[in-house]
Amino acid sequence: MVLLTRKIEFSASHRYNNPELSAEENRRVFGKCNNPHGHGHNYTLEVTVAGEPDPVTGMVLDLSELKKLLEREVMQRMDHRHLNYEVPELTGKIPTCENVARVIWDLLEPKITQGRLHRVRLYESADLFADCYRNGAKA
Amino acid sequence: MSEKTSGEVKVELGRRYRFAASHRLHSARLSEEENSRLYGKCNNPLGHGHNYVMEIIVSGNVDPATGMIANLADLDGFVQVEVLDAFDHRSLNDEVPAFKSEVPTTENLCIEIFRRVRAFPKAKLERVRVEETANNSFEYAGENGTHDEVAMRLEGNRA
Repeated sequence: MVLLTRKIEFSASHRYNNPELSAEENRRVFGKCNNPHGHGHNYTLEVTVAGEPDPVTGMVLDLSELKKLLEREVMQRMDHRHLNYEVPELTGKIPTCENVARVIWDLLEPKITQGRLHRVRLYESADLFADCYRNGAKA
Repeated sequence: MSEKTSGEVKVELGRRYRFAASHRLHSARLSEEENSRLYGKCNNPLGHGHNYVMEIIVSGNVDPATGMIANLADLDGFVQVEVLDAFDHRSLNDEVPAFKSEVPTTENLCIEIFRRVRAFPKAKLERVRVEETANNSFEYAGENGTHDEVAMRLEGNRA
């Protein structure tokens, strides 16, 4: 099995606020991430696909297809957007690194048909990331 | 069942921290000559230091109310007290009790950090990864870690 990883970057804004909590509780739980007008990050997304290289092409999957998929599913949906208001898949969820990574996993996994999605790693900053993978699939 | 659906989707949270510390690689179980041959310049008597980068990876349920596996402020506070205050700008050999008897290689440093952070009450510690330099990194996932047989992974050369 070979792992192939494609990296993309996007920028988006978000705010952490749970409407079921009081303003005070939101402030306590989320700190400055609860600031009313939100803030943003440069996200780095690493998408790793596992598979065997095709004997004819030598590829696990066609990278240009993966680039198009990431452009369509991630860039167009999230780049230069407000994650709370403009990404329907995040409606009702706090747009934390964990939740955004999971949404990206759910968007990509069924659409990767050559090889299989192995891991989604989403960096919110250089020092914070979330990983998604199927239990037991970790290399 | 196909491989694709063989497990639940799992989410982990990774957080990077930095600390600077000095160490000297010297084993009391070896002669001076053997130490010098084995550890090379890392055995120089007065020690040397590194800017370490430490990655702490935890797992758990993503709480629907917060969207989080663990509140970063809690994790940061715990790591600050248990690891950074104890290691940053210190001599690992002289100031960390575990390294009175163990050689403070980054392998052993991973294990010591794992022992300390394992007690974090709000999420499960999955693994610890430490970069001694930009070219050397080490991982430890516990004695029964998910990648037990490669529990310790050395990338690149120590020197």
